[in-house]
Amino acid sequence: MPNASDASRSTSVQYRLTEEQQLLRETLRELADERIAPRAAEIDRTGEFPEDIRQLLAQHDVLALPFPAEYGGIGADLLTQCIAIEEIARACVTSSLILSVQGLGSLALVLAGTDEQKQRLIPDLASGAKLIAFGLTEPEAGSDAGATRTRAVRDGDDYIIDGGKRFITNGSVADIVTVFAVTDPDARTSKRLSCFAVEVPTKGFSVVRLEHKLGIRGSPTAELSFERMRVPARNRIGDEGDGWKLAMDTFDRSRPGIAAQAVGIAQGALDASVAYARDRKQFGQRIGDFQMVQAMLADMAARTEAARQLTYKACAEIDAGTPDRARWASMAKLVAGDTAMAVTTDAVQVFGGYGYTDDFPVERMMRDAKITQLYEGTQQIQRLVIARSLLGRGG
Amino acid sequence: MNIVVLTKPVPDPAAAAEKLGPDNRLDRAASPAVINGNDEYTLEAALQIADGHPGEVEITLLAMAPAGGAETLRKGLAMGATRGVLVTDPALAGSDAWSTAKVLAAALGTLEFDLVLAGFDSSDGVGGVVGAAVATLLKLPYLSSAAKVEPDLAGKTVRVQRISATGFDVLEAPMPALVVGTQLLGTPRYPSLKGIMGARSKEVAQRSLADLGLTTDGADAVGGGAARTTVTAKRTPPARGAARVVRGPAAEAAKELAAFLAERRLV
Repeated sequence: MPNASDASRSTSVQYRLTEEQQLLRETLRELADERIAPRAAEIDRTGEFPEDIRQLLAQHDVLALPFPAEYGGIGADLLTQCIAIEEIARACVTSSLILSVQGLGSLALVLAGTDEQKQRLIPDLASGAKLIAFGLTEPEAGSDAGATRTRAVRDGDDYIIDGGKRFITNGSVADIVTVFAVTDPDARTSKRLSCFAVEVPTKGFSVVRLEHKLGIRGSPTAELSFERMRVPARNRIGDEGDGWKLAMDTFDRSRPGIAAQAVGIAQGALDASVAYARDRKQFGQRIGDFQMVQAMLADMAARTEAARQLTYKACAEIDAGTPDRARWASMAKLVAGDTAMAVTTDAVQVFGGYGYTDDFPVERMMRDAKITQLYEGTQQIQRLVIARSLLGRGG
Repeated sequence: MNIVVLTKPVPDPAAAAEKLGPDNRLDRAASPAVINGNDEYTLEAALQIADGHPGEVEITLLAMAPAGGAETLRKGLAMGATRGVLVTDPALAGSDAWSTAKVLAAALGTLEFDLVLAGFDSSDGVGGVVGAAVATLLKLPYLSSAAKVEPDLAGKTVRVQRISATGFDVLEAPMPALVVGTQLLGTPRYPSLKGIMGARSKEVAQRSLADLGLTTDGADAVGGGAARTTVTAKRTPPARGAARVVRGPAAEAAKELAAFLAERRLV
């Protein structure tokens, strides 16, 4: 853990969007407005995984962003990936999760996989032919990931995995699930877990059920069961005992993606609110002419931009290799998640009674925003991470 | 096969910020620039020809614009064009359509091409004459209002479906030729993300008037000083009356719409 003087020192990493990042943003905004936004309400209503959007994203190389160029990806830095997530989330959060989870699930492989594993597994993920999910959470191991019970026992050239996972985004549609399981129950928390790329379907793997959720309804959240599931040892990512570190390294790079998603939701709600305030008339004038509405819109815009700048700054710090990446990631996710919740709640207020109905997108955005305060570490966990970084673990 | 697509950077219509400066010339600082919409349709046609003949087609974007135009061309490169050529020179500010055509013709003289594609018109000037003027200057076969462009790479001919009052005329000409396209060529594609990331490594060559052997003096002068047309006044068109929106089930709405048009002898 860094000491207090490390954590509080001012940092000098600057960012300015490159021409590529700006063109990528414009392109994805157009794609999202024209092809994804018109599907968002239906995806939410039916709760069906949007296979068409997955194909659209694959066709435009969007799913290649998180992967190194030598394995068929684009090798985009974290900031570029986050801009992409933000623009898709602005139109449809469920759709943005397809990209987010493709990055989340594969980070351990990208960070610690052998060349053979990468050659074998990444090209199909980069092309979007296959999807990957991230399997860490269990019923009794949510925020407390150290309480993981799923067990992996070596058996010749294989491991036999028993247990199960819960709240696994895309768990029912993924072709690979990155599973974290206990290989040494007697070791300390940070050495108990190992990480496996489980290619499914495979014997012993089953999807028990899907959650019925408040938001992100087209994104299947699966409960998975493993019964004597045999996984070849060549699919273990990193060494035995590396699982905890890989999971934490993953979060350092995936939490900014959730922050970007939250910024996208907030921007979508702001855009919808501004358009409505220009159009809707009451008492003989546009509601945007009323100062109380103006104040809400102004606050929404200022908060959204503040969250965006913190998120981009966190990305730039992490891309530059800051030792404080966990803190930056948590600060971005904390601020952006709370911003998305506040801004979407205000958006419903701007729309008045209409905002509470599914005639307009803001109620969906408000429901979708809530998840950004919960997953990839609750806001409480983010504060814990930030405080530990400031004070040291014992502080 | 080499295709040159004429691509004009214009004020972004989506920004709705296009305006003329005090000299009645376009105020380019007032609005972000994009590739002229109609030029994206002809670029799409070129890309489709390239898709159909992998490895055999190179596409060059040719533009005349201020130096910032190179950035505008990046989108075309991200869509799949091979390279860009930008003719840029401070003396070109205020050029009219005739001067523009002479500059583009001179630039084409330095390039290898089998086919030149031009958009129907530009969203800022809306003249629609530059393509025809370039063809005339270079004595190229001129095929206009194309809904489809089909080059025969082996036979060195190009076949075009030209929109007519009753459907399509089919025209054929030897290449090199110049084709003016329409929006029936097909919806322009989005740049792919790999294309965006690769666009920076593609070349946008810049050419000055001197590079092309052109001058701003004498009988063959080009540029703002040689413009034969100038904008002398401007005014905003009167606001349109309220629109009538026809709603309801399609069958009934169609009847209502037909009655509306028939009443005014529009159908």
